[in-house]
Amino acid sequence: MTQPRTLLAKIWDAHHVADTAAGATLIAIDRVFLHERTGASALKSLAAAGRPVLDPARVFAVMDHIVDTRPGRGDQTLMQGGQAFITETREAALAAGIRLFDVTDRDQGITHVISPELGIVLPGVTLVAPDSHTCTQGALGALAWGIGSSEAEHAMATGVLRLARPKTMRVTFKGRLSPGVTPKDMALTLLATHGAAGGSGYVVEFAGEAVGALDIEGRMTLCNMATEFAAMTGIIAPDEKTYAYLAGRRYAPATFDDPYWQTLRTDAGAVFDREIIIDASTIAPMVSWGTSPEHCVAIDGTVPQGPARAHEYIALDAGAPIKGTPIDAAFIGSCTNARLSDLRRAAAILRGRRVSPAIRKALVVPGSMAVKRAAEAEGLDKVFIDAGFEWRMSGCSLCFYAGGEGFEPGSRTISSTNRNFEGRQGPGIRTHIASPETVAASALAGAIADPRERLA
Amino acid sequence: MTPFITLASRAIPLLRDNIDTDAVIPSREMKTTGRTGLADGLFAPWRYGDAAARTPDPTFALNQSQAVGQRILLAGENFGCGSSREHAVWALMEWGIACVIAPSFAPIFKANALRNGLLPVALSGELIAPLAWEEITVDLPSQTVTCGDAIHRFEIETEPKEMLIEGLDAIDLTLKSRPEIDAWTEADKALRPWIYLEKHA
Ligand code: SF4
Repeated sequence: MTQPRTLLAKIWDAHHVADTAAGATLIAIDRVFLHERTGASALKSLAAAGRPVLDPARVFAVMDHIVDTRPGRGDQTLMQGGQAFITETREAALAAGIRLFDVTDRDQGITHVISPELGIVLPGVTLVAPDSHTCTQGALGALAWGIGSSEAEHAMATGVLRLARPKTMRVTFKGRLSPGVTPKDMALTLLATHGAAGGSGYVVEFAGEAVGALDIEGRMTLCNMATEFAAMTGIIAPDEKTYAYLAGRRYAPATFDDPYWQTLRTDAGAVFDREIIIDASTIAPMVSWGTSPEHCVAIDGTVPQGPARAHEYIALDAGAPIKGTPIDAAFIGSCTNARLSDLRRAAAILRGRRVSPAIRKALVVPGSMAVKRAAEAEGLDKVFIDAGFEWRMSGCSLCFYAGGEGFEPGSRTISSTNRNFEGRQGPGIRTHIASPETVAASALAGAIADPRERLA
Repeated sequence: MTPFITLASRAIPLLRDNIDTDAVIPSREMKTTGRTGLADGLFAPWRYGDAAARTPDPTFALNQSQAVGQRILLAGENFGCGSSREHAVWALMEWGIACVIAPSFAPIFKANALRNGLLPVALSGELIAPLAWEEITVDLPSQTVTCGDAIHRFEIETEPKEMLIEGLDAIDLTLKSRPEIDAWTEADKALRPWIYLEKHA
């Protein structure tokens, strides 16, 4: 009888190429994904060193970070000097012979949205990208994690990375979520209770009844914020939903009949270095109050005492109720919450209603062009537009600020994104992160609002 | 990469937790696809009272006269969290920082630092606080931080330690294992043929 193993251990062992003299491991990398913000620099630096990409067929690139999201876009971007990132990525991708999903490609979208859509990420693979939210793709049962540009070069040139074995943590969400509570609220609850450094050094496997009950898109939202938890990545064991989701996708295998696919799960009795158990039935819609994703409270809670800098930046005092805080802007988008199911749930709250006159800017930015087309086929674009939202082309957009387009100075925004850092959405912009439902309900109210009150 | 062996410097304190890479180098300060020209944007939101006019905020640690020419930064928990941008490491190094001492580091930042010759040293917050503005010595071979009579030992994995001391390039080193990598790949093609895609036209 072999020792019970975790899913991580199985993927790790299967990708073990060699041990190094000094105790590290060469781990084979199956897929590399680049975007224009960091990809051009990695490809250019490789080319300058005269190092070819070992297997270009397994490297992909997309334009997502600084592309214009206004209709009719081209290479022009609102980021000053940003066009060079687009043209240089295109040239470098062409020269290296890798597959690029360009600005006007029908498959363009945010890296972590299109990789699953196209079946590029698969259960059991190792996938790296010079982007911290690569952990999102762990939702498909892959070991997928963010790296820097130098490591991306290393993976492309050698097919492996030199790694120390990470520790394992299992976060079990037992029970079921209540209506109006989402995977975003699960992630924010974990961060609020265990801190933004809580996952440091670990690969976190999400498990339990509430995780199994999530659809694949919801699982991506949960894994997306593993990097906010300082984990190397998050992962969810593949199940029949995973294989049904991937079947027929362009780069996925023709069938998942091989018994191999059923082995990709943690064995009963496998031991993790750390276990956290959270009762999903007690989770409420969550919203951030401060400048770290660990600064989160339940929507009906009050702002706790945090670091003075955070209170000062966000302009909220300890003891203030978070609900009812007036907001100026609303953003639905990002690799966290801009998939079709996210847009459907937000639209259900907005249908037949108008955002508050207090809202000066409200945007919906679909996570990919495929999401955009699917949403339009259901008429969701009209729901958003009628409610007073702008309906954009796909990209990262105002999830982060690159210069150029921004919110009005001094704005307080509610965003379906993953980071509420100082200045993340622009200098001085105060960001509250929450689920798309909470963003929609808050946009209607002109103040942070409980989405459950709109569900009746 | 730049080797790191031993370093003596005054330690600049920036003792905030969760300093993210957007704060280290905001996206708008990453103006080219290259790795240089970043020092000016280092900590721009905090360093400049007015980022556009580049008016220094005199209260910010890096702007104090005693910070000039210093090479060690002290920080709080979870340093370098957020975006994977390696520009955070490049900006710190271009400004002159060669070592960051913090209770913990975000994993991508730590890996980026090690690949570039910037040493991340993990020490507890209680040990870090008294180092503020002191002359200290960080010695990698002995894995110690020395401040006057106090000597603190830190942990680092063997391989990155050796690579830093010798200034080894990771890609060059790994390419020496090409025979093992090729053999593994050939065997894997039989096991998992779906991994190996057709060449893109
Ligand atoms: S949507 Fe935001 S968090 Fe996601 S990859 Fe783009 S910039 Fe990063």
